[in-house]
Amino acid sequence: MADDQVRPPAEKPKEAAKPKVEAVDAAGHAWVRSIAAAVPGSVVSAKEFAKQVTVVVSRESIARVARHLKDAEDFKYCVDVTAVDWKTRAPRFDLVYHFYSFSKNDRIRVKCGAADGEEVPSIAEIFLTANWCERETFDMFGIRFAGHPDLRRILTWDGFNGYPLRKDFPLEGVDTGAAIYPEEWPEGGGPSKNDPNRKVVS
Amino acid sequence: MSEQEHGKPGEPHTLFDVQEMELNFGPQHPSTHGVLRLVLKVDGEKILEAKPDVGYLHRGTEKLFETETYPMGIPHTDRMDYIAAATNNHAFCLTIEKLLGVEVPRRAQLIRVILDELQRISSHLVWLGTSGIDLGAVTPFWYAFREREQILDFFEEYCGARLTLNCMRIGGLPFDLTPGWTERLLEFIDDLPARIDEYEQLLTDNRIWKLRTVGVGVISAEECIEWGLTGPILRASGKEWDLRRAQPYECYDELDFVVPTRQGGDTYDRYIVRVQEMRQSARIVRQCLERLEPGEIRGKVPRVIKPVAEEVYASIESPKGELGFYCVSNGSNRPYRMHVRPPSFINLQALPRLAKGHLVSDLVALIGTIDIVLGEVDR
Amino acid sequence: MTLPAEFWTYAKVVLLVATVPAIVGFVVVLAERRLMGFMQARLGPNRVGPQGVLQGVADLVKLVTKEDITPAKAERAVYFLSPVLAVIPALTALAVIPFGPPVKIGKAMVPLWVADINVGLLFLLAITSIGVYGIILGGWSSNNKYSLLGGLRSAAQLVSYEVPMGLALVSVLLMTRSLSLPEIVRRQDATHLWFVFPGLVAFFIYFVSGIAETNRNPFDLPEAESELVSGFNTEYSGVKFAFFFLGEYTAMIIISCVAVTVFFGGWLAPFPHVAALRFLSVIPPAVWFLAKVAVFLFCYIWFRSTFPRYRFDQLMALGWKWLIPLSLANILAVAAAILLFPGRTTGLVWLAWIFGGCFAVLFLLSRLRRALARRDRLAATPHAVEG
Repeated sequence: MADDQVRPPAEKPKEAAKPKVEAVDAAGHAWVRSIAAAVPGSVVSAKEFAKQVTVVVSRESIARVARHLKDAEDFKYCVDVTAVDWKTRAPRFDLVYHFYSFSKNDRIRVKCGAADGEEVPSIAEIFLTANWCERETFDMFGIRFAGHPDLRRILTWDGFNGYPLRKDFPLEGVDTGAAIYPEEWPEGGGPSKNDPNRKVVS
Repeated sequence: MSEQEHGKPGEPHTLFDVQEMELNFGPQHPSTHGVLRLVLKVDGEKILEAKPDVGYLHRGTEKLFETETYPMGIPHTDRMDYIAAATNNHAFCLTIEKLLGVEVPRRAQLIRVILDELQRISSHLVWLGTSGIDLGAVTPFWYAFREREQILDFFEEYCGARLTLNCMRIGGLPFDLTPGWTERLLEFIDDLPARIDEYEQLLTDNRIWKLRTVGVGVISAEECIEWGLTGPILRASGKEWDLRRAQPYECYDELDFVVPTRQGGDTYDRYIVRVQEMRQSARIVRQCLERLEPGEIRGKVPRVIKPVAEEVYASIESPKGELGFYCVSNGSNRPYRMHVRPPSFINLQALPRLAKGHLVSDLVALIGTIDIVLGEVDR
Repeated sequence: MTLPAEFWTYAKVVLLVATVPAIVGFVVVLAERRLMGFMQARLGPNRVGPQGVLQGVADLVKLVTKEDITPAKAERAVYFLSPVLAVIPALTALAVIPFGPPVKIGKAMVPLWVADINVGLLFLLAITSIGVYGIILGGWSSNNKYSLLGGLRSAAQLVSYEVPMGLALVSVLLMTRSLSLPEIVRRQDATHLWFVFPGLVAFFIYFVSGIAETNRNPFDLPEAESELVSGFNTEYSGVKFAFFFLGEYTAMIIISCVAVTVFFGGWLAPFPHVAALRFLSVIPPAVWFLAKVAVFLFCYIWFRSTFPRYRFDQLMALGWKWLIPLSLANILAVAAAILLFPGRTTGLVWLAWIFGGCFAVLFLLSRLRRALARRDRLAATPHAVEG
């Protein structure tokens, strides 16, 4: 049904079915070498796909890598911070950072892995943009950022239980915590019973 | 008032004490352009602190992308920035096309650009009207919406919808243009600069409008980049950066247009930049109409879209700034992860910085000037 | 049949109190909505009755039948009283407005005003300022932060604009030497000069302050829908809201009436002593008066659909930094003009020409500046105009 929407020209459907794009290794790329030189031992791997460079670095070094990219490589503009949940893979999450350089007119993607419960160094002090992006990532994936100035939920409400963009979070949603932690979360959502600001309307 | 937050209890008030009051601005406030809530700490009418509280319109769009096939994601993008659906569709399709390595036929590129620019005009018209109302100027709203209605008529004729267009497909377009559409559009575009003059006559040199906007919410280009502000906000601060020019997609590289910039970085300059952008968009639409030739409107896209297991980020210049999609594929027919880089969300983040020290009245102007759509902020 | 002496006075009171709300409800509101519709490229209300003329009735029925809500934590007595306080002074003020010269009804000469008190102008200033208490108290008693801010804005606005308004009228008093409104009109008749000409500055100050006093655009800060939701009347509904509404429109009418009486010759036809314009006196004086008032009301509506809203501090700055010094200077100018030619109006005529000349020059300069600014702007962004 949905595929009807994009009906290719009837003549040669088979030829189109084979995308010719593939990733190539980018370990020799200038930016990657620069990162490896500035933050020794940080680069895990690097690749280039569709003219986009991706560098995978270690979790501990992410803040230093971001600082280096900003100061030395002129990636002044932090486009985005997000995460990917790989569910069964060894470090469960991939943190994905996009930086843009005005002088190079190009982007770089920096990734680092993080297991469930591991804290990732925050870059909110380096790039102001990252503040809300990291909050959103925390809200959606439950990844905590060490050194973040104001790590609260942003899109879901304070009493929300669970992290919606994790792969094991059901699409139809879960009870907002009351079923799991009835002693703490009131039925139907709302602030935690331990919240000092909570007002009870009798 | 029975409020207790006027100073500390037990201490005598003097005339010049700062007496903080907490004011809930929204989510049901006429000027928050949707369901934005701001927790304000005010001293009289002066804002000491503004804390945005978003998420009232969160619908889990990114989760929905993951559960449906690639083409089924397009209608969801309509509901993000619902006053600029075409650009959302475009950014989404562009991302998947990049992942697939598909070439879009030239006619489809031109029509996409036409739709984008019409959408940009209509989005800026909504912005112009509503931010006029925010500052008490009611009339520009009606003029702006008069033209917007016409643009929506063009959309309706093209794809049947006026707001949630769903007007692009991966690899091209769903429909070709209806007969007579281009001629009527050309008439409208011929007329548009004169209409924009009308709005400008009401506002640009208006003393009160200038009083309300000049010097309000000043931000430098460096700080814009720090905060990740893009689009008209960045350009009004003097940085000539437009993705249509910096990293041209579709056929923008062959079109002749100016990227309007201003140096002041205040609300007035953002107003001027947006008005000039509308004029430039009209020029772009005209150039595209001139170049339009019969041809294919859909590229060679497989029947079932199963990209290689890769990741890609693509972004376009939406009316609000850089709108990007980050797509991770695992080789199946559904995106493994689809993330949106929404300009409204990132731009809204700078509101406390812009609002600090201003009055409540200015806050209204600032919410207007950032041009947020809460559907996109919350997704 | 002899009528008791007070008959006509009572009749006029009943007429004014009964008709003014009707006029307000039907004519002004409808005119405002239709005119704004016209100015804003839309239709305005046109469904109730032919061309929407009965819209006022529909609105009234709606307002009267709406639920009357009092917030739980409101100061009930004050909350109840403030709409009354907003509307009664406005209606009372109508008593001293001279709608026309005395007319002969039967044997009696009936003046078209309820009372000609010798401190008429002072009475007007005093009684109209009471109406603002309605707004301040209404804002405070609602126990809503937005309403409170609206009420406070209103209080500040009243203090800032009552002063230039009074000072503007003082300069007129120098010309009339009377506070009685009918006397002011007669004096304009006698001197062959509407006071708007020598009092151009005074009129400007008066009208600007008047708009501010009635909380209309561009000074509608106490309401400021986009900022304070609806300001002082956020919590009001039904009849109480209708009272605020009525108070606002009656205050508008009062400001217009006073402007006409003091500056535009009241019920006089334009230039009654110019022979070529003698035919204008065919139209009855009261109609002239109402027509002039209508022009001012049109200006109110026109401003509303043209201007953005001032910011609070800018409003205060305008009042204190510009209007008050200007009105003081104006008093000096008018006094000097009168003292230079004691007992004659020559000085005032000169003053009228000087003010008129200044006004024309300033107008042309502003036009020029605007054109230059536009040229610079277009030069800054090439290809901005051509499609």
